[in-house]
Amino acid sequence: MAVEKTYAEINAKIKSGQAVVLTAEEVVSLVAEKGVTQAAKEVDVVTTGTFGPMCSSGAFLNFGHPKPRMRMSKVLLNNVPAYAGIAAVDAYIGATEPTLDDPLNKKFPGEFRYGGGHVIEDLVAGKPVKLKAQSYGTDCYPLKELETEITLQDINEAFLFNPRNAYQNYNCAVNLSDRTKYTYMGMLKPKLANAHYSTSGQLSPLLKDPHFLTIGIGTRIFLGGGEGYVAWYGTQHFPSMLNASGVELHPSGGTLSVIGDLKQMNQRYIRGCSFIGYGCSLAVGIGIPIPVLNEEVMYWVSRSDKELYAPIVDYSDHYPNRTGENLGFVSYADLKSGEITVNGKKVKTAPLSSYPMAVEIATELKERIKAGKFELTQPVQQLPSAKDNIVPKSLNVKE
Amino acid sequence: MSPKKIILRFSAETSEKPIIYHLVKDYNLMVNIIKARINPAREGTMVLELTGDRYESGIKYLEEQNIKVQKLAEHVNHNRQNCTSCGVCTDACPTGALFLERPAMEVQFNSDKCIVCQICVKVCPVKAMEVCF
Ligand code: SF4
Ligand code: SF4
Repeated sequence: MAVEKTYAEINAKIKSGQAVVLTAEEVVSLVAEKGVTQAAKEVDVVTTGTFGPMCSSGAFLNFGHPKPRMRMSKVLLNNVPAYAGIAAVDAYIGATEPTLDDPLNKKFPGEFRYGGGHVIEDLVAGKPVKLKAQSYGTDCYPLKELETEITLQDINEAFLFNPRNAYQNYNCAVNLSDRTKYTYMGMLKPKLANAHYSTSGQLSPLLKDPHFLTIGIGTRIFLGGGEGYVAWYGTQHFPSMLNASGVELHPSGGTLSVIGDLKQMNQRYIRGCSFIGYGCSLAVGIGIPIPVLNEEVMYWVSRSDKELYAPIVDYSDHYPNRTGENLGFVSYADLKSGEITVNGKKVKTAPLSSYPMAVEIATELKERIKAGKFELTQPVQQLPSAKDNIVPKSLNVKE
Repeated sequence: MSPKKIILRFSAETSEKPIIYHLVKDYNLMVNIIKARINPAREGTMVLELTGDRYESGIKYLEEQNIKVQKLAEHVNHNRQNCTSCGVCTDACPTGALFLERPAMEVQFNSDKCIVCQICVKVCPVKAMEVCF
């Protein structure tokens, strides 16, 4: 008999403390030992995790009204501009926004010591943040200027809303040129001297549900230490099949929009960061539970680092100039081994996303589910998947 | 002569002496104060860079004044608390002082191998590598 479980059945097991929960790493060896069908019978939920820089992150904040009231039209938080084109005392602080006095890349490669991601981390850490606001003044909102300090607990709402997180897959980035390149994939040494990659491979949420059989709009997730939700598919959500010399590998290119209450979060999983020569960002911890509804879900979730691939892309020419070329594919098992071969040359690898943190997140989520503190939600709508053949548009720059 | 870094530790009795004046005037040393925390009538520390031919005599003078002198080499510290074990520093480090411990993929730091080139300080996205004096 084929295994079929419903969300309600799995949640009933979670409530009664009977659910069998494994991390995506643990399930790899279970399936290798017992096979997909038996594993699908035994396991109810598989937890995944990822922790890495996710530039497309930011937070909506509502500061509350001063006396007299104000329609904030320019907002600075610790000297980092926040977008104030919203309602009177709301703002959106984006992770990649640098401080006003940052020299950026003028003295190359720039250092980018502080930005929006750091403001978000400071808020989560409970530190006071300087708020400066300006306005043109209206009859209902007369105040034109204010300068004060806020903390996360002082203000009304504060929620992370990240339009493009948890990228399904990343390139393995290399540099064919003879000059060091400073990229969002880190410092790439000239002449193929190193290679960087950035997913947690066999723990990575969207690589473990590559066809979006369970992850959809409304999926409850672990976000920055608190609970969050998948709000929509992410921007640049282009799940399509990876093809290596005519062989289909797996879907790649899906993304998620996620939302969650900043006040529940923990600084350990929300870290402001900056990349030399590139800019500021925010490292976000995300964990997604995958309900084992049937054998098909179990099959995908049990795929190991050996079966998951990343395209190798040159960041000196192919990537910036969008030539669409790659230098082949490499498995996450090889990437994690520390050395790969590209164009016949042995190349040292290093990750950008933290595997130990991904393990920690998947384990923490597993513990919460086992303790009956985290129930699964059935998506209210599925996300577009590789079979929907979404074709990315590029920007046609008109003369 | 290249500058030498030292750390001075003052006691409550020595913290009010005008020692910088004497280092400059009597020993002809160039003084660059890197860090100082001195409270009158309390203990204090000061990190100095000294340049000049009479460096050794200057140090002797400080010791005679009952100021504790510690020679200081710059070193790099791996702040484990801040480190996320992302691993991006491991291939930037030219000596293998920073490396990934497999299969857990935890980043470890072997300070004996470190040559204080400070590349890791530049590439670490969360500033977990710190230069200490
Ligand atoms: S200072 Fe240089 S040698 Fe020392 S750990 Fe950092 S990169 Fe490695
Ligand atoms: S780059 Fe920084 S955070 Fe990442 S492993 Fe190295 S020291 Fe740790």
